[in-house]
Amino acid sequence: MMEFNVIITGIGGQGVLTLTNIITWSALKEGFDVKASELHGLAQRGGAIACHVRFGDEIYSPLVLEGKADLVFALEPLEALRSCYFGSKNKTIFLVNTHRLIPLSIFINKEGYPSLSYIADALKSFSNKVILIDASEMAKKVTGDTIMANIYMLGYACAKNLIPLKRESILYGIEEAVSQKYLGLNRKAFDLGFEAI
Amino acid sequence: MNHILFGECGNKVILLGNEAIVRGALEAGVGFSSTYPGTPASEIGDTFAEIAKDAGLYFEYSVNEKVALEAAAGAALSGVRSMVSFKQYGLNVSSDSVFPLAYIGVRAGMVIVVADDPNCWSSAQSEQDSRYYARLAHIPMLEPADSQECKDFTKIAFDLSEKFKIPVLLRTTTRVSHGRGVVTLGKIVKGKKLGEFSKDSIRLRNFPPYIMETHRELHKKLDELRKLSEEININYLLNENSKNDLGIVTTGVAFNYVIDALHDLNLDLPVLKLGLTYPLPEDRLRSFMRNLKSVLIVEEIEPILEEGVNALAKDLKTELRVYGRKEGHLPKSGELKEGDVLIAISKITGVKSQYNPIAQKEEYKKLSIIKRLPVMCPGCPHRATFFATKSVVGKDAVFGGDIGCYILGIYPPFETQDFVFSMGASEGVIHGIKKVSNQKAIAFIGDSTFFHAGIPGLINTVYNKSNPLIIILDNRSTAMTGHQPHPGVGITGMGEKSKVINIEDIVKACGVENVMVVDPFNVKEMEDAVRECLKKDTVSVIVAKRECQLLAIRRKKKEGIIIPKFSIDQSLCDNCGICLYQFGCPAIFMDNDKFYIDKELCTGCAVCVRICPKKAIKAVK
Repeated sequence: MMEFNVIITGIGGQGVLTLTNIITWSALKEGFDVKASELHGLAQRGGAIACHVRFGDEIYSPLVLEGKADLVFALEPLEALRSCYFGSKNKTIFLVNTHRLIPLSIFINKEGYPSLSYIADALKSFSNKVILIDASEMAKKVTGDTIMANIYMLGYACAKNLIPLKRESILYGIEEAVSQKYLGLNRKAFDLGFEAI
Repeated sequence: MNHILFGECGNKVILLGNEAIVRGALEAGVGFSSTYPGTPASEIGDTFAEIAKDAGLYFEYSVNEKVALEAAAGAALSGVRSMVSFKQYGLNVSSDSVFPLAYIGVRAGMVIVVADDPNCWSSAQSEQDSRYYARLAHIPMLEPADSQECKDFTKIAFDLSEKFKIPVLLRTTTRVSHGRGVVTLGKIVKGKKLGEFSKDSIRLRNFPPYIMETHRELHKKLDELRKLSEEININYLLNENSKNDLGIVTTGVAFNYVIDALHDLNLDLPVLKLGLTYPLPEDRLRSFMRNLKSVLIVEEIEPILEEGVNALAKDLKTELRVYGRKEGHLPKSGELKEGDVLIAISKITGVKSQYNPIAQKEEYKKLSIIKRLPVMCPGCPHRATFFATKSVVGKDAVFGGDIGCYILGIYPPFETQDFVFSMGASEGVIHGIKKVSNQKAIAFIGDSTFFHAGIPGLINTVYNKSNPLIIILDNRSTAMTGHQPHPGVGITGMGEKSKVINIEDIVKACGVENVMVVDPFNVKEMEDAVRECLKKDTVSVIVAKRECQLLAIRRKKKEGIIIPKFSIDQSLCDNCGICLYQFGCPAIFMDNDKFYIDKELCTGCAVCVRICPKKAIKAVK
């Protein structure tokens, strides 16, 4: 039985929910059964959030079991680290946006933000492939805004076959999940990620 | 939104559980809907607000859940199908009217949706299991497991309600309310929007001696419903021919964890899946257990089914073991996960699982991962209010907390929520503290919360003579749950203009003499107001009035108003750190011992400009 498990993690306001919604519609377009779990309310407000999407022949639980993720989209490196237990060495790919968003508490509690190499090394114990890209910077170049990093990463994942969804299905998903006003910008960010080397 | 209102019968679409509930209500011909916003139920009301006009139904954001329930009852008593929705604590607020409503009954179908929040992902108050209310108030309850069931069960709930003339509870949990899934749509039915209250078609007079009669009738209804529960197809058996002597009884989202766990363990245990969980199908449960040695109950949150099954099991045969959350095979608190179910089944059956969550977590625990707590947004007026208050009183006051975005003041640098109870409780508790201590005491309460439950507390403070300072954080919105309007805003759930009810007028009418309205962005003025109010012998109220910055930015962008950005002049900054360590704006950060403003995050509130002792923060040209 085919099943594909995705974790999308980041910070409230980074477009975690939009990415979740796009993937669910893309999977439906391909005829898969699909379930997802989002977090709203207190879980957002600049806090850490992780959403789950599962698609395949027949899907019951909306939550990905620890160690069973096929792909982790991390829109922020510290959040990749926080969600790393969803990964396992034998199957999981981590696609990580290296653009750091430093939590306020770091300054107030005088803590240190972990280095990218610490994060990458830690992820390697939960993954067979860790891909680091500065999606925020890339998205900003074309769209003028780092907010499109999520869609850039989706384009990247699609082109590199990190997710078993066709380009047309994802473009359909974007159409379903994104408001008309931002459709052009989203397609642009997706294409940019898709064409990245 | 398009699919909820216009999706054609037979189409497959992706819906959030909460959206699917609205679609179900439309397919059942709902004519009236009310709510008070509360996550994880918020999107039900918000979806109704978006479609109400086009769908030709009535929707309102009521002033609180009790009023919302009563309004929905009024509609149902007048022959119009109605739905009321709220989070778990909303059911508590409305409960005073839920109990008599069960006795009285309804004419048209009425569905009460209650959303529980295991793990408190989206609501701060408790892991309450609202299923106890079904038993307490004698109201039938349905528990959907996913979006498809959210839609289907809503329709069933309306039909049951109308058939048995009793309100029906539809209970979800966060992973259902905020779960997305594929939904096959049914046909939308144009419901009645106009009805007529009939004086004698139902037993309305909840007063002795009639009440004995209505109570007797209620039990008759429940007996009928129990019979129906034995036969209804949303209570069904899986793996009927299994030879295993361990069976599983489950409901709601937990059903999904059971199916996945059985798949992962390659087991075919018999599973009784319950959709209608009150009244319990007792005969069905008995016959399910007859040939079993043990039964595992998998449910969110408290061991309610477990206790019910346990009682039946004892009647049946004493040696039958019942496992569940009470017995400790599943965690006693917190959200259930598939992993918990896997471990429990594996432990009971002895079938080893390839999945080893403990080893997985061990590796994880070795990592040092700093927390990322939710924060007030850049430019949030509450931050300015907290900063000004703390700069006057420091830690030398008791801070009463309440329910809203300002609950985030619980974290450093502010720590302005010494206790948090429930909607409006900041005032009641602070009054009690003031009555027995000489401490300075300040209650913080939001605008929507004030309308919801703050008015009686304020009157009590005046009438029973205590002198706390009450700061009403009026950000012109019910912000935490998604910016719903309230009576102080003057917009209704139908998007129509209405009378603006001024908070300061209410405060004055309650008999408060010291009332000030201050813009919290004027920090100096706010500090002076706090200082002055704390000297008073009677209760004082400061209305800290400033639109939620998220709404302000949205509005300004629409109006073409340029939002200024600020930066720190390094030649003037002496690194005192007030802007970061005491003001705690997420747009301000430190790098190599220098302070900077992140232009992408700055919303141009300019409060940092006012609090900088060196006048080092300036608008970027």
